[in-house]
This record gives sequence, structure tokens and C-alpha cells, in this order.
Amino acid sequence: MKPAFLKNPGRETTFGQALQGVLDSRPATVAAIALLALVLAAVLAPWIAPQNPYDLASITILDGRMPPGSTGIYGDYYILGTDVQGRDMLSAMMYGLRTSLSVGVLTGLFAMSVGTTLGLCAAYFGGRVDTLVMRLVDLMLGFPAILVALMMLAVLGQGLDKVILALVAVQWAYFARAVRATAVVERRKEYMEAALCLGLSHRRALFSQLLPNCVPPVIVLAMIQIANAIAAEATLSFLGIGLPVTQPSLGLLIANGYQQMLAGLYWISVFPGVLLLIVVFAMNIVGDRIRDALNPRLQK
Amino acid sequence: MTSFIIRRLCQSIVILILTSLIVFAGVYAIGDPIQILIPADATQAEIAQAVHSLGLDQPLYRQYLQFVSHTLHGDLGTSFVFNQPAIQLILQRLPATLELVCIAVVLALIIGLPLGLAAGLRPDSALDRGIMTGSILGFSLPSFWQGIMLVLIFSVTLGWLPSSGRGTLGTILGIHTSLATWDGIRHLILPALNLALFKIALITRLTRSGVRETMPLDYVKFARAKGLRESRVVYVHVLKNILIPIVTVVGMEFGSMIAFATVTETIFAWPGVGKLIIDSIMKLDRPVVVAYLLIVVTMFILLNLLVDIVYSFLDPRVRLGAAE
Amino acid sequence: MNTATPTLSVRNLRTWFHTRAGIVRAVDDVSFDVYPGEILGLVGESGSGKSITGFSILGLIDPPGRIDGGQILFKDVDLAALTREELRRLRGNRIAMVFQDPMMTLDPVFRIETQMVETILSHERCSGRAARARARDVLAAVGIPSPEERLKAYPHQLSGGMRQRVAIAIAMLHKPDLIIADEPTTALDVTIQAQILAQMQQLCADTGTAMVWVSHDLAVIAGLADRICVMYAGRIVESGPTDDILDRPRHPYTIGLIGSVPSNEQTGPRLYQIPGMAPSPLSLPAGCAFNPRCAHATERCRAEQPPLEALGPRTHRCFHPRTGDAS
Repeated sequence: MKPAFLKNPGRETTFGQALQGVLDSRPATVAAIALLALVLAAVLAPWIAPQNPYDLASITILDGRMPPGSTGIYGDYYILGTDVQGRDMLSAMMYGLRTSLSVGVLTGLFAMSVGTTLGLCAAYFGGRVDTLVMRLVDLMLGFPAILVALMMLAVLGQGLDKVILALVAVQWAYFARAVRATAVVERRKEYMEAALCLGLSHRRALFSQLLPNCVPPVIVLAMIQIANAIAAEATLSFLGIGLPVTQPSLGLLIANGYQQMLAGLYWISVFPGVLLLIVVFAMNIVGDRIRDALNPRLQK
Repeated sequence: MTSFIIRRLCQSIVILILTSLIVFAGVYAIGDPIQILIPADATQAEIAQAVHSLGLDQPLYRQYLQFVSHTLHGDLGTSFVFNQPAIQLILQRLPATLELVCIAVVLALIIGLPLGLAAGLRPDSALDRGIMTGSILGFSLPSFWQGIMLVLIFSVTLGWLPSSGRGTLGTILGIHTSLATWDGIRHLILPALNLALFKIALITRLTRSGVRETMPLDYVKFARAKGLRESRVVYVHVLKNILIPIVTVVGMEFGSMIAFATVTETIFAWPGVGKLIIDSIMKLDRPVVVAYLLIVVTMFILLNLLVDIVYSFLDPRVRLGAAE
Repeated sequence: MNTATPTLSVRNLRTWFHTRAGIVRAVDDVSFDVYPGEILGLVGESGSGKSITGFSILGLIDPPGRIDGGQILFKDVDLAALTREELRRLRGNRIAMVFQDPMMTLDPVFRIETQMVETILSHERCSGRAARARARDVLAAVGIPSPEERLKAYPHQLSGGMRQRVAIAIAMLHKPDLIIADEPTTALDVTIQAQILAQMQQLCADTGTAMVWVSHDLAVIAGLADRICVMYAGRIVESGPTDDILDRPRHPYTIGLIGSVPSNEQTGPRLYQIPGMAPSPLSLPAGCAFNPRCAHATERCRAEQPPLEALGPRTHRCFHPRTGDAS
């Protein structure tokens, strides 16, 4: 049973505030609904997609290069057209979205964990630890993200896990910096003094006391960084150094369709592109709105 | 002022050493150096010979020193694919990338500054809001998607501009550049625009906030009280004051634009350093990758240093110090 | 009383700020005249509207503020009715302004020379060389040593007093008929302050320039101005010749101001302080704005606003003006 005075008083649930903030703004609400729908579609893709585009048995190669709204030889309706090998674009996009979202969310989660832990430690222990971590953060943030990603991929090779690793390497620094800034302020508050007086171990003080109160900026950042990770992975895949062909993300779909676009078959590249855009945009809008809602300065 | 330069120089050298350590560690310590530096199809005997000549059988610190001395002599290994010294390959391709980046920076300034000024001088107007929304698009659309859209609109649909390659080169003032021929310029427009779009959004926002912060300041009021024409107040006094931080930011972004050129060069098949490294990563031509990383990071660090120095020149307060 | 035409005649000036929180009546029905060669002191606390009055004369009010009523007659021309270009031609030329903090008013990234020459060239055609020469001469006239070097300097390289002299020099470039000085010596050391005060007084006497000197420091105004206007909460509560006001103040606020100035004659434990604080311009008290702090306030003071009453060269806004010496 945690003594009552250890909880930082006067803060209604962050989740509630964030939700309220989103519902207050029409663009954000629309974006959030769209996002929810897309996430659902991605998660349920294996069950609701018209075909499994990676099961060679279910594709009709002769149906290749058909424009949106056409019907195939066997009567399959291709609402968004087909690609060069006869895969239904809608299904390919749903599976691609699945991959893109997984990479984005995984990257966000890992970057958040690493960055938050380091940021908390820097703020909590101060002194040398703080200087070391923050110097590292400055160094990482000083380099363009794509350069860091290139460096890591060049050294580690290619593959899903390597891509996630590279993206986490780019993003952890943002989390570390934001968390440290909040934690430094929270560190001085009375409930932290109380925790220390009670003789709580460092680990408990950090994770059960300090952490919950540093959450708001992390949520906002997480949302925006997931969007960035999705866009970054798409860029890497488009360049050909991202995910392998067996797990195509939206980026790879766009890349594959690029050559076709020059021949006039725009749908193979543009539709996945538009989907990517909607996801990234929606996340940015919702993230922005949540940031405004949780910003203590704007609340007055 | 000189102490400032020396301090920054030392910092830069430290970062350079750090980077060389990271690249070295990545290639020699973590990755398998044999895989990285020796072509995959070598025979056992060739491998053994290469190992010895590359000094891979020596202790790690010796290898690092060898690595550094080779680097300082300009020897960064030989490309597997082209069988040329890696550094030569990169220096061959660098001018194309630099041309792209320079034009992109110029475009970003000549489009971003006026837009930002227009938005800042009429705050909260429809024009202002429109420009700000547009700039958000510039930020959030992934750059490769912007490139694809540019190609779709201007090449495929309208057919005005070519979608790939570099045009014919000519010579202006002794430099080989695309700007010398109309064909060259046509090929330059879309890729430069693609690379510049992100920066245009950045500069627009910076200029706008700079204008909004500067206009209420006392010296602007005083300039008007002296009876100066409004055009002079804005385009001489306000502009020069906000230009200094903007130019600084642009200078620093120059380095990262070289890195971002990889995307643009891939889309538009521009024969620069960016395309080279993507191809090299895919073909596992590791020496070229190592060479690229070292060279680009060095350029990046040196550019930042240069920008810091230039900034201290531009701002008379920093250059001359306070009198009292 | 002067029978010549006043250089500046402000009549019922209203400068209001239309903010989202409400209308701020920064300058509310202010009237005064300034004659050639005369120095008029505008005294008041911060927030009394004195600086805004100065800015209004030159048309330097930024939105959401604007001149909502009244006339500003500069030699019989209503400044409030001029076009922007007509007003611009007068600024820095026939009417000049000196601001409070010269560090903030001189553009930090341009040399003194540039900032002076551009003022000259904005109003007349002359060669760059002639303009430079004039700038140098004016700098010498305000007492700046080695003006050649100072011209090439940047603002941050000069001391505070020097910068303010430069600002005064800029104001004098076209030999204006009217100078508005907004607390020009507040940011300076006391000794420099005294020098600059003396200098400006001399300049006005020599050239016949009229001056409006805005300040919160009654002691400064007392030694400098020919006539005083006391402002409170956007209105003039008392005005008249300096000596007359200092010897026989009528309005309780003026009495309070005089009493709170340290002087050699007063001895004793405490310096007098007017009780209370100046009201927030958004929520002015009903009736006379000074009534919450006035020891002599009556029901009438709390209900009605006192109108302007004139008595010879003096005016005041008070239902119960004090008579007799300052006490």
C-alpha cells in the first residue's frame, strides 16, 4: 500500500486530459478516428483483406497491371487495381500498413524505453552521469538522422531487426532529452524528497515515483516519433536498404511501383503513398493536439 | 574571438576522432572485417594474403593506428565493384552532389525568405495561415514521397521536365556545372526542388517568427520615428537582424542536406555521392561505404565549424565584443 | 501666458487599446499646448499613459491601439488626420523623438554612421559625403569627443551616456520644431543625467525648439520644465507653470508626488508614500480614478468623474482641490 502523500497531488489522469484535448478539436478527432480505423484494418488484415498478396497461390498473374475498379479474369474485383504481378493493391496496402505500423510502434517503444531510462538516470543521479548522457544526446542529435541510420545499417547489415535497431539509435536521444528536462524539475519536488527520506531504493524511487510524473511529454513524443519512424522506415525501404522484400512495408510498395508510375500506372505507387501520408499526418495532428492539451502553460 | 575559434577547432577535432573510432569499431571490431574489406569470392590463399597486408592479424590498437595513418594519407581502401580507390570514386561524384545541394540552398532562400516575410508582416491573416499550413506539409511529407509527387506531376502528367539523370554539363568560370546549359538546368530543377522543400518550410517558419519577434522591438519604432520609409525599416533593419540567425541555420543544414541527397539522388538517378553509397550498401561494397561515412562526417563537422566562425563575423556584437 | 501660436496643441486626445480583455483607455481626453522654446514636463507613474501620449503624437501606436478621438495640432496641422506618407515626412524632420533606452533604440547591427546618414537621406537629397559631414558636426555639437571614430562604431561599443547623446544628435539632425523626449535620462547614471539635462535645456534655448519631456521623476522635471502636466490613469489631473504647481499644488495626487521627493529640508523618520497602487488600466475605479488612494475622497468623488477646471494658467481635475501651500 503506497502512502497517499507519495503520489504527486493535483493531477487528474493524463489519459483523460489527452483524450479530452483530442475530442475538443475537430481536425484531431477526425484524424484520431481515421487512425483507429487504419490500425484496425492493419491488425485484422489477415482476416479481412480480399486476398493474401504473399500467398502465391492466391494471385492471378494475368491480372497484373489492371487499373483501379477493374475486374479480373476470374471475377475478382480489384478496387484499387493490381500491381505488376497481379496482387490486389488494397490487400497489399493493408499488409504493408501492418508491417509499417509494427516497425513504427516497435521502434517507438524501444526508443522510448531506452531514452526514458537514460533520461531519468541523468536527471536523478546528476553530476557525471548527467553530463555523459547529455553529451551523448547532443552528439546524436547533431548528426542528421539519415546519416546515423546509414552508418548503422552499413555496419550491421540488412534485415527487420537491424532496421529497428538503426531507427532506435536515431530516436532514443529525443526521448532522453525530453524526459531529462521534465525529470530535473520533478526531482526537486517534495514527493521525491519524501521518497528518499523513506529510504526507497534508487530503482523504486526512479520507476514508481519519478517516472509516472514524467509521462505527459513522453506520450506526445511517442506519438510523433512513431510517425517519424514509419516515415523513416519507408524512406529506407524505398532506398532499398530497409526491410527485405519478403516483408514489404508501404515504403517498399512505393519503391516497387515507382518504375511503373513513369509508364503511367500510377496506382501502384501513389495509393500506398497516400496511405502512408494519411497515417503520418494523422499521427502528427493527434500528437500536436495532445501536446497542446497536456501543456501546463496553455492550460491556464 | 580567436580563443573562440581555437576552442571550436579543438571540439571539432575531438568529434572527428570519436567518429573515426566509431567507424573503425564498426568495421574492424564489431563487423567481420574480412567480410567487409575482402571480396566475398576470394580464395583461402587470397584471404590469408589480404589479412596479412591489411594488418588484420595485428592487435586492435595497432590496426587503429594503421587505419588512421592510411586515412590521413588518403588511402581508404579499394572498391570491390569498381576496382578503384574508394576515395577517388567519392571525389569523382562529389561535385554532382555539391551542385545539387548548393542550388537547393539557393532555392530554399529565394522562396522561403519572401514567403516568411509575407506571413510575418501580416500576422494571422489568411495569407499567413495559408503559408503556415503549407509549411507544415513541407515538414511532414516524407521527402521521397515529395519527390515522387514532383515526378508524377511535372514529368509524367505535364511532361515539362525530365524525371531522371543529370543533363549536359558546361563550364562557367572554370567549373563544370549543369547551369551552363539549358538541358542541364532542366534536369536540375526537380531534384533541387525536392531537396529544398524541407528547407523552404524551415526557412519560411524561421523568417516568419523572426519578423514577428523583431517588429515590436524598440529600434524598429525608433527607425520609424526618424522618418524612414517603411520599406527601409523592414527590408534593411528588420531583415538584416533576422538574417543572421537564419543564415546560421542554413549553413548548419548544408551538411545534413548532403546526407539527405541520398534520397533525392536515388529518385532522380542523379550521379552523385548519395546514389553511390546506396548502391554500395546494396552491393556490399564496404570500402566505399566506409570512405563515404568518413568523408561526409568530416565535411559535416567542418561545415559546422565554418558556420560558427562566419556567424561570429556577421554579428558585430560577437565580433567586436562590448566596450564597457 | 504666451499669445504666440503653440507649436503643438493636443486637444482631447484619446488613445485606446482594443484588446480581447476589454478597452484600455491609455490616454483619455488629454489636452495641452507647447510653445516654441518651451519645455513641457509630462509627469506620472508607469501606466499613467504619459509615454503613450508621446507615441500618439508621432503616430507610433501599434494595433490593437489606435487614436480614437481628439486632435493633435502641429502648427495648425492635425497630425491625426494626415496620411502615412505625410506623417512620415514630418517624423525625424520637424518632429523628433528621443527614447528611453538607447541600447534598444539603436539598431545593433548597423554603424552609427549608417543610422545617422539614413535619417538625413530620408528627408532630403544630398550626397553621402555631405550627409556624413553633417552627422559629424551634430555629434560634435552634442558634446561627443572624436566624432569621426564614433561614426564608425557600433552601438554596443559606446557607453550608455554616449549612446543617448547619439540619439539626441539624431533627433537634432534636421533642427526640428518639436522634440518629444520619453524618459531619456532614466537609464543613465546620475552624473551623466545632469550633463544631458543641461545640454538639452541649452539646445532648446538656442534653437527655439519646443520640447515635451516625459518622466516619472518629478525632481528632474522640476529643474527642467517651464510648465508641468501631471497625469494619472490616462488623464491630466493638474497642469500649470512649474513653480506655481510646486508651490501651490491643488490635486491630492500632485501633493503626494511632491511629498515623496526626497529633499534637503525634510528630515525625519520616513519619506511620504502615496498609499495604495496605481489602478490597472483594465479596471479603473468608478468616479475619480484617484479616489481609492485619496485621503479627502467623498461620495461624489466615488460616483462622478471630475471635469477639467481652468483657473488662469492652471487646470485641475478635482472636486476638492487643496488650497494653500504643499503640506
